[in-house]
Amino acid sequence: MSVLGILRIALKSLLRNKTRTFLTMLGIIIGVAAVITMLAIGQGAKNIVEEQVNSMGTNVVMVYSNFNRSTVRQAAGEGNLLSVEDVQAIKALDQVLYASPVYNSWGQLKYEGNNWRGSIMGVDADYFFIREMTTSRGDLFYPSDVENGSKICVIGKTVADNLFPDTDPIGKIMRIRNIPFTITGVLTPKGQNVMGQDQDDIVIAPYTTVYQRLLGHRWRVMSIIVSARSRDYIHILQQDILDLLQTRHHGTTAEEFVVSSQTELAETASSVSDTMTILLASIAGISLLVGGIGIMNIMLVSVTERIKEIGIRRAVGAGKRDVLLQFIIEAVAISFLGGLLGIALGVGASEALGNMMNWSVAVTLWSVLLSVGFSMAIGIFFGWYPARKAANLNLIDALRYE
Amino acid sequence: MSDTLLSTKAISKTYAMGDIRVHALRHVDLDVTKGDFIAIMGASGSGKTTFMNLLGCLDKPTTGSYILDGITVHDMEDDKLTQIRNQKIGYVFQSFYLLPRTTALENVELPLLYRHGLSLHARHERAMKALKTVGLEDRAKHFPNQLSGGQQQRVAIARAIVNDPSFILADEPTGNLDTRTSIEVMSVLQELHAQGKTIIMVTHEPDIAQYAHRLITFRDGKIIQDKINKNRKDALQDLAQLPRIEDEEEEEE
Repeated sequence: MSVLGILRIALKSLLRNKTRTFLTMLGIIIGVAAVITMLAIGQGAKNIVEEQVNSMGTNVVMVYSNFNRSTVRQAAGEGNLLSVEDVQAIKALDQVLYASPVYNSWGQLKYEGNNWRGSIMGVDADYFFIREMTTSRGDLFYPSDVENGSKICVIGKTVADNLFPDTDPIGKIMRIRNIPFTITGVLTPKGQNVMGQDQDDIVIAPYTTVYQRLLGHRWRVMSIIVSARSRDYIHILQQDILDLLQTRHHGTTAEEFVVSSQTELAETASSVSDTMTILLASIAGISLLVGGIGIMNIMLVSVTERIKEIGIRRAVGAGKRDVLLQFIIEAVAISFLGGLLGIALGVGASEALGNMMNWSVAVTLWSVLLSVGFSMAIGIFFGWYPARKAANLNLIDALRYE
Repeated sequence: MSDTLLSTKAISKTYAMGDIRVHALRHVDLDVTKGDFIAIMGASGSGKTTFMNLLGCLDKPTTGSYILDGITVHDMEDDKLTQIRNQKIGYVFQSFYLLPRTTALENVELPLLYRHGLSLHARHERAMKALKTVGLEDRAKHFPNQLSGGQQQRVAIARAIVNDPSFILADEPTGNLDTRTSIEVMSVLQELHAQGKTIIMVTHEPDIAQYAHRLITFRDGKIIQDKINKNRKDALQDLAQLPRIEDEEEEEE
């Protein structure tokens, strides 16, 4: 008998037991839906992480001194601190597009009656190109401002909202630790970063001004931020910078400087979200497996209660192969149809979760293919044993079975 | 020889029940001619059911040979036996053995489903023709539980003849039916026989056996009597003589 004919028989017998077929299917539906939803949540999280890492620039290299972590106390200004000269040297490297020193400071920000405690960054004008920063209002500062040590700054949206709730901050004079700075621009909001920090709670000023006015020294460059011409050479560039620093700071070891790239951060972050996705999907996969066992259970019951039917079919001309195929097809039909409904439910649930919880979800094609393939495999795997049992029944016993 | 339908030679069947060997059939020889209407009788345990299972290719003999339509079937492989069952034998069982929740038409179609090369249309046509032969064409869309016992058995007979088999094998076809319905079923079988079908029927009711042409009696796994039925009964005549009752077929549903 043709497979198509057996398919008709199998579907008919499934339709005869609609409720039971549906309940059996429900196990697979829920399993597949769970797998798809979990993978969608995982993929969504991964997308966000990657997006944010990319927003920081994938061709960016950060250089830190390990000085603070060193157990050996050294005299201030000695040895392995990064300097503005280091920045110039790095900038001269072939693969480097931009480089800027970064000085970090904290301080009281004041405008008229409003106070805000914020983070102040001293950078070169290159910094804006490296981080791809723009202003939503006003202007950035320029290399000439850095050379002159102008007392100007740009502020993030959070700072602007808190210090200037009602007024336009452009051109206003704000006091940072009582030193007046003219605000030239407000940065385009960036939102939170991967670590959950508010990237808009920031004041950025020329580094010359920051070390002269706020820090009082110029040698402790906290870090250097560098952008490479191409992300393809980023690993080579990291090594070049490390070599350069070792040459410039005689007698230092490689461990005393840290040269890291966003690519590494991106890899770490996405491997974390991958692990989370695998974990979630495995748990969902278990429910799919339980659904499969449900199919086997029902198919076994079904074989037992249809022993007589099997006997009749065999008597009037069904071969063992026909019976085997009929029961396997029934199992696969349940799991395949369950898989399809599960996809619909899973996609729906992902969308609903995304809307309700404001999560980012992304249903991917491969997760759909994976769950359909997996559910069909489950149908064949768990349908095989009951089907074999049905096919190998003794014909006379099956006919006489009451 | 050309009109010999089947012949068994020294056919035996032995079952092992634990340590004891049960000889259900002992060296049975039988020749059936095309167009025979045979009733096989015997007490329970006489071996008649075992013999029927062997004739129906539902079981294989321990020793002996069985030739059906010139084909040696006693040592055939399962797959080929399946085809023999499908195309050469039509079964009628005591408790009808119709598939539940399946219409009469679909039940009749069942043997055709397992046969290659028949279109949906051809299957419907043949199944309807078989139903017409047993007078149930108006019940094609009914489920077995909507039919009376007699009607169910007639659907089963339609299923048995739908593949135009070499012979019809009926196992206690009236065992579950009352007298009147039994005679109705026998009239269908007699009608089929009149049309040239070969029928082998197993029964333990002597008066039902009287509708057959040849009477074979089993005892202890052997044929002890094989004779032509001289005073054969006519089911239609008997039906006419029965006191009239309300036709139960009409009060269905």
